[in-house]
Amino acid sequence: MIELISADRCISCGLCVKVCPTNVFDGAVGEVPRIARQSDCQTCYMCEAYCPVDALYVAPYADKSVPVDEATLQATGLLGSWRATLGWGAGRTRLAAVDTTPFLDELEREIERSA
Amino acid sequence: MSVGVTVSGAAGPERDVLEADVLVIGGGPAGAWAAWSAARHGAQVVLVEKGYLGSSGATAPGGTNLLYVPPDPVLREAAVADRLAAGGQLNEVRWIHRVLDGVYESLALVEEWGYPFVRDAEGVPLRNHLQGPEYMRLMRRVVRRAGVRILDQCPALELLADAHGVGGARGLNRLTGRDWEVRASAVVLATGGCAFLSKGLGCNVLTGDGLLMGAEVGAELSGMEFSRAYGTSAEYGTVTRNRLLNFATLYAADGTVLPRRSRDAIARALLRGPVYAVLDRADTPDKRALLRRSHAVFFLPYDRAGIDPFRQRFPITLRFEGTVRGVGGLRLVGDDCRTTVPGLYAAGDAASRERSHGAITGGGAYNAAWAICSGRWAGAGAALYARTVGAVRDRRLKPVGRAGLRPENGAGRIDEAAVVEAVRRQTVPLQISYFRSEPVLRKALSQVDSLWPAVHGTPGRGIRERVRAREAAAMVATARWMHTASLTRRESRGMHILAEYPHQDPAQAHRLVLSGLDHITIRPEPVPQGGAA
Repeated sequence: MIELISADRCISCGLCVKVCPTNVFDGAVGEVPRIARQSDCQTCYMCEAYCPVDALYVAPYADKSVPVDEATLQATGLLGSWRATLGWGAGRTRLAAVDTTPFLDELEREIERSA
Repeated sequence: MSVGVTVSGAAGPERDVLEADVLVIGGGPAGAWAAWSAARHGAQVVLVEKGYLGSSGATAPGGTNLLYVPPDPVLREAAVADRLAAGGQLNEVRWIHRVLDGVYESLALVEEWGYPFVRDAEGVPLRNHLQGPEYMRLMRRVVRRAGVRILDQCPALELLADAHGVGGARGLNRLTGRDWEVRASAVVLATGGCAFLSKGLGCNVLTGDGLLMGAEVGAELSGMEFSRAYGTSAEYGTVTRNRLLNFATLYAADGTVLPRRSRDAIARALLRGPVYAVLDRADTPDKRALLRRSHAVFFLPYDRAGIDPFRQRFPITLRFEGTVRGVGGLRLVGDDCRTTVPGLYAAGDAASRERSHGAITGGGAYNAAWAICSGRWAGAGAALYARTVGAVRDRRLKPVGRAGLRPENGAGRIDEAAVVEAVRRQTVPLQISYFRSEPVLRKALSQVDSLWPAVHGTPGRGIRERVRAREAAAMVATARWMHTASLTRRESRGMHILAEYPHQDPAQAHRLVLSGLDHITIRPEPVPQGGAA
């Protein structure tokens, strides 16, 4: 579930408040949002994808809250990693444009043949 | 023209009122396509979404495969034959063709609109998979460009109706806390299915709201027994994407290797203890890279938990997907996805997909194709209907919601958290909804029946409490329909497997149509084309 809103990075655009499917955040445009209803978080990672400055981090645990450390997340490259994978943001190649899903069947057949 | 006015009603709170020709409730793929389609057919359209059109629903966070069969008669006939066999003969050849045609044509549009489909060596676009975030961000742009007014964070709570049929809805804005009313000549319910807050990827917004709203105006449901869907995810995580487990070795708690592609084997092993997987069949850097760029979202839970899924065993579980990856929903009685209630249309997972799918979904590809097609048909149908009935301004519309909304018989405060927990206990467990058996289902049904009075009290006054009380009511209603239908179909067909009746019974090659809330009735309906068992 959502664990971090980095006040240093946040530009108070309000996008995460609007984008969250389960209405986890509170806060008006112009202020740093608050995680107001953490237990309603469905761990869908969408807020992270939409955050233009990588200020959010969603931990992978559906049912428990874990402590996170912003400096560590930054150092390990996890902060902003989903947006980077999606290829969202200036100068990036969109994941959709390099999607390898259509080649999974062929890979499976190849593995079956060599097994 | 949709105009914003604020009225203080004689009874009830002040609310913002809009008028439109067509109101679409729900902003997943089906709602987006419905809104676009209605606007393209000349309607003024308002779309309300509980969350946000672009992020909300089962499709947006992950992605979806698509049924994409080129219009080659041989390929098409094979695809139809395949669907008929899998669907237990409850589907209709004409509807299967309609979906195959519709999705093929629509995906060309998606590419025209800017989706960057990968191409093969000959330059042919490979349109059988969509990355969810990209797809739904694009659909938001397309819907806006079509002139649709989108209201995000605006869950609908109830429909408006009069003697002529449905005429809009009411709900509330979660950001402002204000109530809204949209008066519209036609309404498309595209609210998705019901996954009982099981935290499958993107599924917690799918609480059966549209099924309840539809039933309150007298719409029928069909196929609710075909709701036995579970998706695999990390035990601690939410990403219910199954495909890449084909590249894994699966282990039961005692170290036994489980067969691949067998939901049954995983389910049985989970009853005994933890189940583990490792993607060790992708045994080269190239193969691993290919997997990572396919269902990329699959890897988030492992990367973030510090697990190397290609080398380390990770625990997996099954999350209940209810009707979302199932079939059941509002019964459709026309090619334009109309329900039996004038002015009310249904699309996507809120609609019964039996006419195209029969007794089984066959996975996300079919539901994604259905969302596109049914959305387009429902939007066009609603636009046409709105033109024939004219403006709603002079109609004497009344809100018709009850359970979770309006107290009856002086009942007390609804304990929505307790109801949600109770209904989840009677639906989510594998022992109830996967390994279906008569005694267990009977007991579960009696438990969820007994919850029905508990949602007729007074909801809390906060935004969250009001929405959750209504969701709780919708989940109770959905559970009652599901269990009722599952007990009535005394055979196994498609995705419905009942322990006492392991075989398909030719005498039950009919659909089961449900209606009612306080008193549920169920009747068989022959399949229009007379499909034989």
